[in-house]
Amino acid sequence: MEAKSEITRENYKSYVFEKMPKSSHWKNMIWAFLIGGTICAIGQGFIELYSLWFNLQDASVLASGTLVFVAAVLTGFGVYDQIGRFAGAGSTIPITGFSNAVVSPALEFRAEGYVYGVGAKMFLVAGPVIVNGVTISVIVALITLIFGG
Amino acid sequence: MDTFLMFVKAFLVGGGICLIGQIIINFTHLTNGKLLVLFLIAGAVLEGFGLYGKLVEFAGAGASVPISGFGYALVRGAVLAAKQDGVYGALTGGLSACATGVSIAIISGYLVAVLFRPRTKKK
Repeated sequence: MEAKSEITRENYKSYVFEKMPKSSHWKNMIWAFLIGGTICAIGQGFIELYSLWFNLQDASVLASGTLVFVAAVLTGFGVYDQIGRFAGAGSTIPITGFSNAVVSPALEFRAEGYVYGVGAKMFLVAGPVIVNGVTISVIVALITLIFGG
Repeated sequence: MDTFLMFVKAFLVGGGICLIGQIIINFTHLTNGKLLVLFLIAGAVLEGFGLYGKLVEFAGAGASVPISGFGYALVRGAVLAAKQDGVYGALTGGLSACATGVSIAIISGYLVAVLFRPRTKKK
């Protein structure tokens, strides 16, 4: 790795901007729609498959779980990040993006050990998601209880 | 036929949700983590009003696979359990509804971290 000697805040920003892929908004949006839609359609495929053995609710949960696992392995091979480069939100928003956000830092920080590296960094993005999700679910449930909805 | 229609609906709705996300990224440069949390909360709040469940019924995986579906599942689980067990249910329902997904994410994350070599990020 060649170290750049004079990195300041300003020229780092312009450096990043320079290196950013210059794809148009329209192209971004079309890719996000196509990839996001495809991932969901694959998920639907798993739902249909698991519906043969489970009820719809369980099939849906298992389908998402399958996507999470597949995305984790693809992240391990470095494939998911390749997809993410042009798919943008199309690969972030589906549950597979959540999986990628768990696995990617876990893998990257393995050098820091299994406790503070893998174990802690795994929740870099998943942590905020779970914290916010649990909090809001409890609040909504309590409101429902109080107002008897 | 119905099955084929569900695929089309899943593709269109799922793609549409991601499209909204991409539009938000294009105009605000939100980081991925914040985008995930934003959509999670959106799904959770919509389910609070009983709306997201209708979208899941309509589009299947198109609504349940995006992260907003995770928020929906949390709230749905919490509300259902709260109706049964009161405050105790409100506390346990959300996480237990999502336990499968979270556990799979954690276990596969650990497995991948152990089995794979980190890739040097291409600049």
